[in-house]
Amino acid sequence: MSTQHSTETSPFPAGEYGVVVVGSGPGGLQVSYYLSRLGIDHAVISADPAPGGMFRRFPFFQRLLSWTKPHAGQAHDTREYERYDFNSLVAAEPGNRAVMPGLMDGTSEFPSRAEMEAGMIEFVRRTGLVVRYDTPWQGTSRDGDLYVLHTPAGDYRTRVPVFTVGAAQPRLPDDIPGIEHAAHYADTREPSSYAGKRLFIMGKANSGFELASGLLQWASPIILASPRPAQLSVNLHSLGGVRARYVQPWEDAELGGGVFILDAATERLERHASGIAVHMRRSDDAEPFVAEVDEVIAATGFTAPLLDLPELGLSTFGRSGLPSMTSSYESVSMPAVYFAGTITQGVSGLKKYGIPANSGAVHGHRYNSRLTVDEIAGRFFDIERPRPAVAADEVVERLLTSASAAPELWHQKSYLAHALSRDPDGTIRDEGIVSLAEYVDAAGPDGAAITIETDDRGSIHPAVYVRRRGRVDTDAVLDESPLTDYRTPEHRAQLQALVVDVLG
Amino acid sequence: MNEAQILDALAGLTLFSDLDRPQLQAVAHTLSEESFPAGQRILRQGFAGSGFFVILEGEVAVRVDGEDVATLGKGDFFGEISLLLGESPVADVVASGSVHALQLAGPDLREFLLAYPVVMYRMLQAVSRRLDRANRRS
Repeated sequence: MSTQHSTETSPFPAGEYGVVVVGSGPGGLQVSYYLSRLGIDHAVISADPAPGGMFRRFPFFQRLLSWTKPHAGQAHDTREYERYDFNSLVAAEPGNRAVMPGLMDGTSEFPSRAEMEAGMIEFVRRTGLVVRYDTPWQGTSRDGDLYVLHTPAGDYRTRVPVFTVGAAQPRLPDDIPGIEHAAHYADTREPSSYAGKRLFIMGKANSGFELASGLLQWASPIILASPRPAQLSVNLHSLGGVRARYVQPWEDAELGGGVFILDAATERLERHASGIAVHMRRSDDAEPFVAEVDEVIAATGFTAPLLDLPELGLSTFGRSGLPSMTSSYESVSMPAVYFAGTITQGVSGLKKYGIPANSGAVHGHRYNSRLTVDEIAGRFFDIERPRPAVAADEVVERLLTSASAAPELWHQKSYLAHALSRDPDGTIRDEGIVSLAEYVDAAGPDGAAITIETDDRGSIHPAVYVRRRGRVDTDAVLDESPLTDYRTPEHRAQLQALVVDVLG
Repeated sequence: MNEAQILDALAGLTLFSDLDRPQLQAVAHTLSEESFPAGQRILRQGFAGSGFFVILEGEVAVRVDGEDVATLGKGDFFGEISLLLGESPVADVVASGSVHALQLAGPDLREFLLAYPVVMYRMLQAVSRRLDRANRRS
């Protein structure tokens, strides 16, 4: 934390800081935690009055999608337990780990929204993180190599801003006449107010299915429509599909119970005395048809609230307007501007077999933050990441232990990897957790990185990337293991054969 | 980009030029837009699990065994050969600067092409042109 600024009633008065973190959701808190551990001067400012970010408001139906299992066979204060706890922020000190299971009431392995919000507050309390609340970032300008962030409390000046502002700003499609007759997901009302209403939900991603699930006992019929067929997470092997929690409307539609799941583009909405006419066109044969409903909710996604950064030169892409970033989440067009939290989903990594990383969720981006902070520490504060020496006879066991238990590899498959490398003098070094895309595409010392991957058949296995003479030429997979423990004689022999020439 | 801009961008690509608007909307929801920083490989020689890509913005270098053999730009596509043959790519495709591209997951290509035969026809034309050029050179 900063010590060079006078202490007022509110922390972090306007002024110049080594780093300024914007946001107090999970992304901002995780970044501030890592910066604090390295003793890097920084301020955290937030528009909100308290920690929690999007979890102060969402999910709408008040229970999360991802689990925290209190009884997972691992002690809560260990790193290995993180694999079973998708929702706590991560910490190196045992006492700061696994905040969530202690706050949950035991009725579900999915925390309630209120429990998740309490988890953020408790993490701040335990770690002693400091945030200046009620201080919204309102605009940006440049002053030499400094970025100046304007707030009602004055200007914050820094060489290195880190924006962790989430991607939860409602986005309505702009090419549908009559879209003003639709409410956005974020403006969904209290469920009972939909009693007896005919409901049209535009969008078949998780937010659409979440609404349908929550309103099943109130609205009827419920029509979900979007051009692309819905897909299930268990078939896609990723969070990209409809989550198991929200499959109930799908079964209802299959059994003809009053839910309709349609592949169709919405062309326009027209309000009549008796309701709203939704004009659609089928995706398969382009035939038009109309549904008469009482309410339309657009579950059409969100954008990142990046304010004036695009006008200052920030390159963005896609519907969500995410910034184009490097593997360390630095803008490709605005040097030293970094991002953390859900925005890091804009860095796709290898995306093998089309399976995305989990950077849009806490259990994924909490590990991405470490890469960002380590790069900032090395580049701007001369704090190098430790690279402990490893004995040659420990190489295989170390990599297989990571493949079997490292939470970073299990939560960010094909995306984060554990790398070992060999210095010119022959010393083998542990590089820790790295970006796999960076490892395979950037030149570097000889070595090997291991990660966990899922293939198109759903098989989960370790994958090994060996770098020789500055290049990774191929990927090699180790055998599956029925209970995903790879510390076996067969796996040791397979891995040894792959890495013996570079790490032997 | 907003919805209209995405559809306009798709409609302007030869590969998708025969699709009507509802089909373009479905395609826009099927392919994901990705961003790649300079120097990152988008397709990796010898790696399994690759995808099919259509360039929206920027340029890429096609590199075989470390040697640049071609440059591709907006509207060009790559990755289909290894997916159709069920083999790993025989070239690297490297982002020359910041690149925005549409990505289709490898396992989805077959279904996608069968759903949009006019896209398959355009793809065949482009691949035939490439083959023709290669034959004339050899």
